[in-house]
Amino acid sequence: MNIMLNLRAVRGRAYPRVIGALREPSWMLWEVVLPMLSIAAFIYFYRSLNAPKEFEGFVVLGGVMTTYWLNVLWGMASQFYWEKETGNLQLYLAAPMSKMSILAGMALGGIFGTTVRAVSIIFIGVFVFEISFVISHPFLLVAIFMVTLLAMYGMGMMFASLYLLWGREAWNMNALFQEPIYFITGQNFPVKALGPTVAMAASVIPLTLGLDAMRQLLFPEAAGWGFLDPMLELGILCVSAVIMLVMARQLLAFMERKGRETGKLTMRWQ
Amino acid sequence: MPGVYSIESRSLTRTFKSKGEVVEALKEVDLSVRQGELFGLLGPNGAGKTTLIKIFTTLLLPTSGYAKVAGHDVAKEVKQIRPIINMVTGGEHSGYGLLTVRENLWMFSQFYGIPGKVAKERIDSLIDRMRITHLADRKIRTLSTGERQRVNIIRAFMTGPKIVFLDEPTLGLDVETSRLIRRYVKEWLEQDGERTVLLTTHYMMEADELCDRIAIINDGEIVALGTPRELKKRIQDETAIGMEISPEIDLGWLDGTKGVMGYSAKEEGGMLSARVVMEDDSAVSDVLSGVTARGGRIISFYKDEPTLEDVFVKLTGRGLE
Repeated sequence: MNIMLNLRAVRGRAYPRVIGALREPSWMLWEVVLPMLSIAAFIYFYRSLNAPKEFEGFVVLGGVMTTYWLNVLWGMASQFYWEKETGNLQLYLAAPMSKMSILAGMALGGIFGTTVRAVSIIFIGVFVFEISFVISHPFLLVAIFMVTLLAMYGMGMMFASLYLLWGREAWNMNALFQEPIYFITGQNFPVKALGPTVAMAASVIPLTLGLDAMRQLLFPEAAGWGFLDPMLELGILCVSAVIMLVMARQLLAFMERKGRETGKLTMRWQ
Repeated sequence: MPGVYSIESRSLTRTFKSKGEVVEALKEVDLSVRQGELFGLLGPNGAGKTTLIKIFTTLLLPTSGYAKVAGHDVAKEVKQIRPIINMVTGGEHSGYGLLTVRENLWMFSQFYGIPGKVAKERIDSLIDRMRITHLADRKIRTLSTGERQRVNIIRAFMTGPKIVFLDEPTLGLDVETSRLIRRYVKEWLEQDGERTVLLTTHYMMEADELCDRIAIINDGEIVALGTPRELKKRIQDETAIGMEISPEIDLGWLDGTKGVMGYSAKEEGGMLSARVVMEDDSAVSDVLSGVTARGGRIISFYKDEPTLEDVFVKLTGRGLE
C-alpha cells in the first residue's frame, strides 16, 4: 500500500469540509442557532420542574453529541449517494488511492467542521444557560470522546456503502436514524430512564454509551443516573469502533465490486 | 511496451439488466489501439461508447471477453491501470462548488499522490494553457459549462496519465472552447510517443479533424474501422447529396426508395437540412421528385464530397444526430 498516496488522498478529501466550515458562516444559523432553540426548550422544561441543574447540562451535552450524529448521517452515510449524482464517485473509483482514504478524509473533515459547531453550542450553553462542567478525569473523558467519534464515524463509513447500494430508499433510512435515535440514545435525558433492556439495545448506536459516559464524567453529582461504568462503556465503544471500521472496509469493497458488476454506481441511467 | 497495445479488447460483451430485460450494450467488440494514437469512437447516443469507456477505465466489468489497458486486464489488474489513466466526460460536474478552481484541482491531484509543489506547478501551467488564469480563484459553482469543462480537462491531464479517455469532451461547448480543447489534446499527444487518447464523440468534424483512426460503433457493434480517409474511401462510388427543404416534411419514405442507402436530417432555422447517400446518381431524380410530391420545397441542393457522416449513414441507415 502506498502510504503517502493515501495520506494525501485523506488530506485532499478532508479539505472541502474544512473550508466549508470556515468559508461560509451561514451554517451558524442553521446548525447552531436553530438547534439551540430545541435545546433551550428542554432546559426551560427542566427549570420549570425544578430538576437538578445537571439535567440542563445533560441537554447541552446531548445537543453537542447530536451535532456529530447529524454529520454522520448527512455528511457520511448519504455522501456517496451525493457523490454519485455529481459525478465525483466515478472519479474516486477510477483513482489509484484506497477508497477508505476518501471515507477517512470525509470523516476527518466532518469532525473538524462539526467540532466548530459543537464548540459554539458549548459556549452558548456555558454563557447563556450558565451550565458548569466538572472535568474530574480529563484523560478518560478525552479517550471516551475520541473513541465515540471513531465508532460513530465508523458507522457512518459503513452506512455510506449501504446507502449507495440501497439507492433512493436510503433517504428514508436517514429519517429513521434521526428522531427515533434522538429518543433511544437519550439526547435530552439519561438513557437509564428507558430501563436496562432498551438502554442495552440502544447501545448498538455508539452515541448512547459515549453520551452516558461523558455525562457521568462531566456531571459527577448526577453519576447515579449513569447506565454503565464509564470504563466498561469505553471498552464496549472500543470493540464497537473496531467492528464498525472493519465492516466499513468490507462493505466498501463489496459495494465497489457490485458496482463494477451491475454498473449501478457509475451509470446514472441504471 | 513493444507488441502491447495501449488499449485492447477481444470479444468484449457487456449486458445490463434493466426492468427485467437484458440489454446488450456491447457485442463482441474487438479493438486495438496503438501507443501514440488518437483513436476515435464514433456513434450515436446509446451506441455503447460510454459503456466501453467505463470498462477501460475499470469502472465496469465485462460480461464476457476481455479488455486490457497498457497490457493489464481491467478485471483483475486495476491497481496497475488506475495510476496511469484518467478520464473526462462531457457535461461533467465534478468537484465541490464552494472550492475555487485551484482548490478543486489541488484536491483531485491529491488522489493521485502528487506532492503539493509539483501539483501547484502543473495546475498553474495548465490553467494558463487553458486560458482561465482569471478564473483560478473563483468558486467553481460560478463557472459556465465551457469554463467548467476546461477545468475538467486540467483535472484529467495534470495527473500525468499515459492514457486518457475522453467521453464526448466537447459536448454542448462553444466553438472557442471546443477548439481549445481539441488543440490541447493533439499537442499533448505529440509531446510524448507513449501517450494515447481514446475519444468518443458524435461530432463528425471532431473525429475527422483529430483522430488517427476511427471505429464506428452502432448498437454495441463496431461496424467499421479505419483512418478517416479509408472510411471515406468506402463510399467514393456512392453519391451523397445535401439539401434544404421547407416546410419540414417527414423523410421516412426514403427508407423504401430504391437506390437510397440511408439519410440523415435535422431541423435548422425552420428548415429541414438533409443528407442522402445513394448507390449512384440514378436515384437523385426520384429523391427530388419525392420531396416535392410530399409538399416540400427544395431551397438548396448540392452534391457533396463524402464525409464521415455519409459513411455512418451508409453503414447504419441513419444519421448521428
